[in-house]
Amino acid sequence: MTVELQARPASVAVWRRVWGAAARVRWFVTTLMGDRAYDTYVAHCRAQHPDAPVPTERQFWRDRMADQDRNPGARCC
Amino acid sequence: MTSNPETRRGGGALAQDPSLPPVAVAEEKLEREARWTLPKILIWTAIALLGGVAWVMLAVVRGETVNAIWFVFAAVCTYLIGYRFYSKVIERYITRPDDRRATPAERQQDGKDYVPTDRRVLYGHHFAAIAGAGPLVGPVLAAQMGFLPGTIWIIVGVVLAGAVQDYTVLFFSMRRGGRSIGQMARDVLGKVGGTAAIIASLLIMIIIVAILALVVVNALGESPWGVFSVSMTLPIAIFMGLYLRYLRPGRITEVSLIGFVLLMAAIIGGGAVAGTEWGQAIFHLDRSVIAWGIIIYGFIAAVLPVWLLLAPRDYLSTFMKIGVIVMLAGAIVLVRPEIEVPAFTEFAFTGLGPVFSGTLFPFLFVTIACGALSGFHALISSGTTPKLVEKERQTRFIGYGGMLMESFVAIMALVAAISIDQGIYYAMNAPGALTGGTVESAVAFVNSLGLTGVNLTPEMLTTTAQQVGEESIVSRTGGAPTLALGLAHIMHQIGGGVAMMGFWYHFAIMFEALFILTAVDAGTRVARFMLQDSLGAWMPKFRDISWRPGVWICTAIMVAGWGYILILGVTDPLGGINTFFPLFGIANQLLAAIALAVVFAIVAKRGPSYVRWLWIIGLPLAFTAVITITASMYKIFSPVPGIGYWANNAKYRAAQAAGDGSLGEPAVVEAVIRNTAVQGTLSIIFVVLTIVVIVVAAISAIRSIRAGVTDDGEDAPVPSRRFAPAGLIPTPAERELEAQWREHDPEHGRASAGH
Repeated sequence: MTVELQARPASVAVWRRVWGAAARVRWFVTTLMGDRAYDTYVAHCRAQHPDAPVPTERQFWRDRMADQDRNPGARCC
Repeated sequence: MTSNPETRRGGGALAQDPSLPPVAVAEEKLEREARWTLPKILIWTAIALLGGVAWVMLAVVRGETVNAIWFVFAAVCTYLIGYRFYSKVIERYITRPDDRRATPAERQQDGKDYVPTDRRVLYGHHFAAIAGAGPLVGPVLAAQMGFLPGTIWIIVGVVLAGAVQDYTVLFFSMRRGGRSIGQMARDVLGKVGGTAAIIASLLIMIIIVAILALVVVNALGESPWGVFSVSMTLPIAIFMGLYLRYLRPGRITEVSLIGFVLLMAAIIGGGAVAGTEWGQAIFHLDRSVIAWGIIIYGFIAAVLPVWLLLAPRDYLSTFMKIGVIVMLAGAIVLVRPEIEVPAFTEFAFTGLGPVFSGTLFPFLFVTIACGALSGFHALISSGTTPKLVEKERQTRFIGYGGMLMESFVAIMALVAAISIDQGIYYAMNAPGALTGGTVESAVAFVNSLGLTGVNLTPEMLTTTAQQVGEESIVSRTGGAPTLALGLAHIMHQIGGGVAMMGFWYHFAIMFEALFILTAVDAGTRVARFMLQDSLGAWMPKFRDISWRPGVWICTAIMVAGWGYILILGVTDPLGGINTFFPLFGIANQLLAAIALAVVFAIVAKRGPSYVRWLWIIGLPLAFTAVITITASMYKIFSPVPGIGYWANNAKYRAAQAAGDGSLGEPAVVEAVIRNTAVQGTLSIIFVVLTIVVIVVAAISAIRSIRAGVTDDGEDAPVPSRRFAPAGLIPTPAERELEAQWREHDPEHGRASAGH
């Protein structure tokens, strides 16, 4: 009984760690790929221009792609 | 107003807001943390010893075979020492970052282009932008000189040259609001130097796109499996683009995973399609047909909207890039292949190797460009990345550290390429003009090279070709097929056995084609943009990028430029890759010389206390100037027809005039005369432009030093209002500040906590 009681919190802690690590990996991958670009933009708009309307996610991506069309960036060899 | 780097420390302009926690680690704390403690001394001694042992194993012991693990140890230990010691010297005496200054990302934050980005994410971004097919191709070709010259140049070159360039260009561009290298050249070098730099980068872009396209054509020629799976990337990318635009905007990881699964299906399906009669009929294509396909593709892709093709394929290639590199590193450590290649071959000294001609000096240094020193990175390091840096001191991790990672990719490519049999290596990489194109003639040719330990049999070539699902592997030049075979050779020992070799081979081909097609498309767009901008000086309408005829005309001109060179390369009677690849390397290294010359002139303007340390930039600048100018001189003036373009031109001209048929049909002779003239002319233009830029930069630097200039023209400092650690792992002092910031503002650094 005592053994079980001790084991439980330990396994919870391990799971929490695993979960935390998985969340970090997920955060890293999604930020790297750009999934969070819209959230970043919305946070920026709310903080800097609280009265201005915030574009929808669809519109945000359309504008972003149009920007890339106007200013091409190089990829490396 | 601009700042004065000499007196910047302690200047009142950067007094920080007292209501905020400190925005930078205090100077005393930085010094205290830099002090040597016993555990630190032990760790660094161990790293130095391990690295030393690895170098001894590679360079001195080098028995019959060398284990690949020593390459990994030699590389990683040298990188760690270079990063820990040399990049800190650069930080202390050349860049001198100040975390009390706001970066452009903080100052001009707009939530889109200027966003303070977590350093680890930005490292991944920057790496994905700089690493492409280059570090995968050059080391493979250079393996004909033996494993040692390439290994030393990749590892030592990156520490003393490549990473120095990337770091300093990133830093100085960041100090200028993210200005491009071309704009910095104009600012620092004036009209003549700046114009020469811009014309050089435009030409270099064209030659790089052409040679990369040539690599893809050579990998896909007469390979129905490869043609099918690589063509499938187009509908897959378009599907991803439509998905992101209309179904679920912003779900990039999700769509990349879907794309990845489809890509795997395309590779597996390719094997089945290539086995059918109709598959052979449709996808078995001649190299010149594929070249025309890529030219037409290049034009269409460059005028289509970004969201439809370029952006989604870019996501897919980022995803694959990071995944494959981690996989390959793991596989090399697990499999630890034995390398049978000698440390040096005679080709390093005679310069008459079949893969490309030229002696070790200078041609090793232009054949391996990406991975050791790549001028192209100057375009990436000045542009997107500097607009995303959160704190100034992070530039060392991102710029210097990012390039070290690319160098590691080059080392892994080298290991993969030299893990295959030597005889097979030469049969694959010698041009058809030498191998004769058939199995029997290739075997005869390779065995006649008289290399020790090389004993090729026809069965080896036919079995290998069959294992990877190709008709033939004779004269598949360009580096990509060799690397793919090496990767298949290593990976099949972990997953799937010999039955999976075809899959791994085509996986690697697809992986490289994905990078290259993106580079072709993006390179055409950038070149078109530069042309539109230049034409706009006379006809302002060309600057209006919504004016479609202007876009089409400029795209067509640029595609015609690289397409012409591509066709010359594909139809070159002497081989193509072996004659054109030196131009690619020279072009890339010349861009490095230009970038370093600009940095040199900037540092000279910073003030007298910087002059003593100018050698840090001067050393790689002088080296790249010497190798590229020497290589160009060889290519222009060498009397040996195998090396000098004009010598070869004269030889074939003489044959044509004398009606001597011993060099080939009249059409072949004519083609060689035309190709060598194009190659020779390009060599002359490149070397002249570079000498102009270097001379202008040297004059500018001498003037600045004489006049004691202390203003390098960077933006005025603005005090920072945020904090983030500088390196990958925060130091205790940085953790303490992070805690203070969290207390001040619970949202601070929240994203990076994993929420």
